[in-house]
Amino acid sequence: MSHNFHKDISGCGLAGIINKDGKRISGSSISKSLCLMNDRGNGLGAGYAAYGIYPEYKELYAFHIMYDEPACQRDTEEYLKKNYRIEKKEPMPTAPVESITISPMIWRYFVKPLSEKAERDAADLRDDDFVVRTVMKINSEIGGAYVFSSGKNMGAFKGVGMPGEIARFFRIEEYEGYIWTGHTRFPTNTPGWWGGAHPFTLLDWSIVHNGEISSYGINKRYLEMYGYKLTLLTDTEVVTYLFDLLVRKHGLDVLTACTALASPFWKNIDDLQEDEKNAMTALRMVYASALMNGPFSILFGHSKGLVGFNDRIKLRPLVAATKGKTVYMASEESAIREICPSPEKIWAPRAGEPVIAELEG
Amino acid sequence: MQVIDAKGIYYRDLNQKVREAVAKGEKEVLLKNVNGQYYIGDGLNGESTITIEGVPGNDLAAFMDGPTLIVKDNAQDNISNTMNSGKVIIHGNAGDVLGYGMRGGKLHIRGNVGYRVGIHMKGYKKQAPVIIAGGKAGDFFGEYMAGGILILLNLDGEKDSRPTVGDYAGTGMHGGVIFIRGEVDKKLCGAEVGITDPDEEDIKLLKEHLTDYCKDFNLNIDEIMKGSFKKLTPASLRPYGNLYAY
Repeated sequence: MSHNFHKDISGCGLAGIINKDGKRISGSSISKSLCLMNDRGNGLGAGYAAYGIYPEYKELYAFHIMYDEPACQRDTEEYLKKNYRIEKKEPMPTAPVESITISPMIWRYFVKPLSEKAERDAADLRDDDFVVRTVMKINSEIGGAYVFSSGKNMGAFKGVGMPGEIARFFRIEEYEGYIWTGHTRFPTNTPGWWGGAHPFTLLDWSIVHNGEISSYGINKRYLEMYGYKLTLLTDTEVVTYLFDLLVRKHGLDVLTACTALASPFWKNIDDLQEDEKNAMTALRMVYASALMNGPFSILFGHSKGLVGFNDRIKLRPLVAATKGKTVYMASEESAIREICPSPEKIWAPRAGEPVIAELEG
Repeated sequence: MQVIDAKGIYYRDLNQKVREAVAKGEKEVLLKNVNGQYYIGDGLNGESTITIEGVPGNDLAAFMDGPTLIVKDNAQDNISNTMNSGKVIIHGNAGDVLGYGMRGGKLHIRGNVGYRVGIHMKGYKKQAPVIIAGGKAGDFFGEYMAGGILILLNLDGEKDSRPTVGDYAGTGMHGGVIFIRGEVDKKLCGAEVGITDPDEEDIKLLKEHLTDYCKDFNLNIDEIMKGSFKKLTPASLRPYGNLYAY
């Protein structure tokens, strides 16, 4: 199917799977689920995030980097060599796909930050902070180089194409993960390019998103105060960095972070008990600039769990289901039934109420 | 009866088969193994009954004018958009934005419904669309409603703490009527909404529509009518009539 095939539906599609017992499954399931929603996208972006795929390198950061041309790779690697021990470096394994005629050069590195670097000691940076700084530096300072995955034992795979094409391109079925998310894109306000496909990741955090973050400008300026650099030309990027800031840096639990990002309306806060009202008022005031406005359904993946959540008035669809130790989430019920025909429970989460699924033990 | 196996068939091809069957005069069509195919029954005329096994995709029965669709399982979003006549029966739950601008016919759902059900529904004289849901509803139930009848039953009682109807019920409503079985919190209703007890005429109307609903799902009408109902109507027919006339 060409990218110009008649498209009359808009809306992006997303899907996620978590095995709470940590059992790893091939990427073919998530791809099958996503392909059922092909018509929610238009071929201008698709991608996957997977957790548990690099057990042999689980202590190392796995960098997935796309380069526009060899010079970008040379500059990037020069920086990496100075600051990281590079355990392994290889071209990303890909397969030829007829419809994908243009792609960036994609490389994969398993690395560990060098501890003796003066730059780090002076700033008292821990490994995670240093990796975040590296991602921001490469993405904003080395033209044509984009780190699109930087976590441990996880990875993002994304590009311009339909979900099935991107899955074949990255040979998704050869990876085994205990959490998978996937996305098919229908870009509306921002360009469809390889770096703009979902998921958006930083360290272990990954986001796939259907909708628009209308508060992008406010959120962007807020994040910039903390040193984040927004380079990927689309709104979803802010969601990933907001979770990094709220959960990793500020130490909020996932539920509280989701509540700050999609907080209750003031009229509902007014009805709460005094102490709850005070807590919610404080959260809204402290994180006023982190509040995400606009229509969205989002899947947020991290190494210990999967979270699905909606904007406060449910302007985008989200369905969740369970079967045994597995939790499924998707834009459409049929996408779940495609890989799990008879779930034990299937429901549409309420607006602003996150579905939180975590690994056991 | 014509049986069509929908497994793995793209929605365009499936809907073409359905339209061909109906055009041939087929009165009973059974679609097996449906999963996610969009637009089933859209713009379809005539008297056929189409039974769907599996979960149909979005935009079921849009602009439909006559046929009956029976969904044995759950259904997704945007059902009966601008539907003109006919009937849709859903045995499971259904999603968001049901009956958008619906102008006639019936939509019966056994289970819960999502957000924005009955949005912009309209009616005039004999064109009186009816949506009945047996479970609970999300926010914005009957938003901008201009006509027709919405009935919400909460038949399965207090399985969770959420109220029968969500927040912002009837916001912007200026016509039609909503009946809710059980109590309604005024705080959850739009400013335009008045809440009253149904009168005798209303009860007659309710019983008539619910008798038909009960037949579809093999339910007991007397049990349902035992519950008390609240009636939501627009407090003013022209709430914004003075907007530009200071």
